[in-house]
Amino acid sequence: MEATVSNTGTEDKVWGGGNEPLKASYGKMMMWFFLLSDALTFSGFLAAYGFSRFKFIDSWPIADEVYNHFPGSHGDNPMYFVALMTFILIASSVTMVLAVDAGHHNDKKKVTFYMFLTIIGGAIFLGSQAWEWTNFIQGSYGAVETKGGQILQFVDTNMAEGDEKMHRVSVDDFAKVSHKVRVQHESKEGLWFESEPTLPEYSVQDVVTGFNAKSNLAVRTQELMPNIERLKASGDAADAAKAARFESLYVNADKTGQKGVLTRAESERALKNAVVYVKGANLVHNEYGNRLFGDFFFFITGFHGFHVFSGVLINIIIFFNVILGTYDRRKNNYEMVEKVGLYWHFVDLVWVFVFTFFYLV
Amino acid sequence: MGHDNTHKLAIFRGTLKFKSNVQKIWGVLIFLSLITIVEVGLGIVKPAFLTENYFVGMKYLNWIFIILTLVKAYYIAWDFMHLRDEKSSLRRAIVWTGIFLICYLMFILLQEGSYIEGVKTNGYIKWNF
Repeated sequence: MEATVSNTGTEDKVWGGGNEPLKASYGKMMMWFFLLSDALTFSGFLAAYGFSRFKFIDSWPIADEVYNHFPGSHGDNPMYFVALMTFILIASSVTMVLAVDAGHHNDKKKVTFYMFLTIIGGAIFLGSQAWEWTNFIQGSYGAVETKGGQILQFVDTNMAEGDEKMHRVSVDDFAKVSHKVRVQHESKEGLWFESEPTLPEYSVQDVVTGFNAKSNLAVRTQELMPNIERLKASGDAADAAKAARFESLYVNADKTGQKGVLTRAESERALKNAVVYVKGANLVHNEYGNRLFGDFFFFITGFHGFHVFSGVLINIIIFFNVILGTYDRRKNNYEMVEKVGLYWHFVDLVWVFVFTFFYLV
Repeated sequence: MGHDNTHKLAIFRGTLKFKSNVQKIWGVLIFLSLITIVEVGLGIVKPAFLTENYFVGMKYLNWIFIILTLVKAYYIAWDFMHLRDEKSSLRRAIVWTGIFLICYLMFILLQEGSYIEGVKTNGYIKWNF
């Protein structure tokens, strides 16, 4: 009976895949090889992220200010949503181990039940990620980009009692829309081979006019404020010059770790270099800061999300096979569940690292 | 059966022993959740002494995050992916290969990244037009 399903007919041959080196079956070992190579792929991506991050260490976006949405609530809620996503994925990992354990006891009912829960957990995670992406792509405040690719954001210089930093202002709240309509040039008009991308909602002029009309606004740059006291105390001429530069440009030079808010005069000067209004994020621009930031976010969380998606698909296939009794007939303690389990835990493992490097560090 | 259902049921180098594999799974879940809560808590509070002091070019806080992440990774791999129950030679083949290659990759890329940052801020190259 057994021989009809799981055996390959090469059991007695050393290189036939029938014997079990290191007491791991052929399939399990190949799964580990795959996971190892996939781990190296992900570490390549994350190391590249680290490279860019170290390259722009003094101007990288602050994660808490970018991912601060929580469903059903407005305002600043950093971390909570992504922490929830982490719990969901770890929980679905647990149901997966429980399925594997039930498989070792040949308990078909339990395997089915836990596989089902695992699939649900994976689906919820994917939904959460879609929501996260939606917020990231839509953006909430808007910013302008300069000729040199720098992002200029807007803040309100009037601070409420007890505020640690100046609050962001949405461009929608102050931009003065001019009535001059610029129609997007499409290839169907005029030269058929010429077209341009979707026009931004506001022109730079709209933003600048609105900015000039409101004296409480200021421009926030990407630069992170260093520890000014430490720079001054170092006694090095270059450090002193740096400190002097920060103090002359920024009103919050004393707030270590915050993004620099330019003085009103410097803000107006900085806006002269603005070339385009940016809202949300795409693969070219993003309102959060460095262009690479958006690209890495899409690429790494996207690649991970794709892994989760394929994991859910594979789990569904295995789930139906369990119901059909395929693994019951193989009489090898539901080893297939164990193998997809390894993949599923790996996805969880990668998320733990993505969570750290995108949201915490 | 061909499959021995022996699991190693002790974690933390034997200080915490579980009665069954299922119990161990829940125990590990609680432990991983605790670590995540600590990480999120630190991420929200951001204690000043951890963010202002640096060790080898990185804030103390970031070191804590990375170490906690590695601890989580260890328990996911050892207990969820049951590497603890595999032969040590299989375990080493998987783990050390990854660790050596990743350490090298991290070193080379982070080193170069901070070098370029240095050129950019202290050198003669203009980047903010």
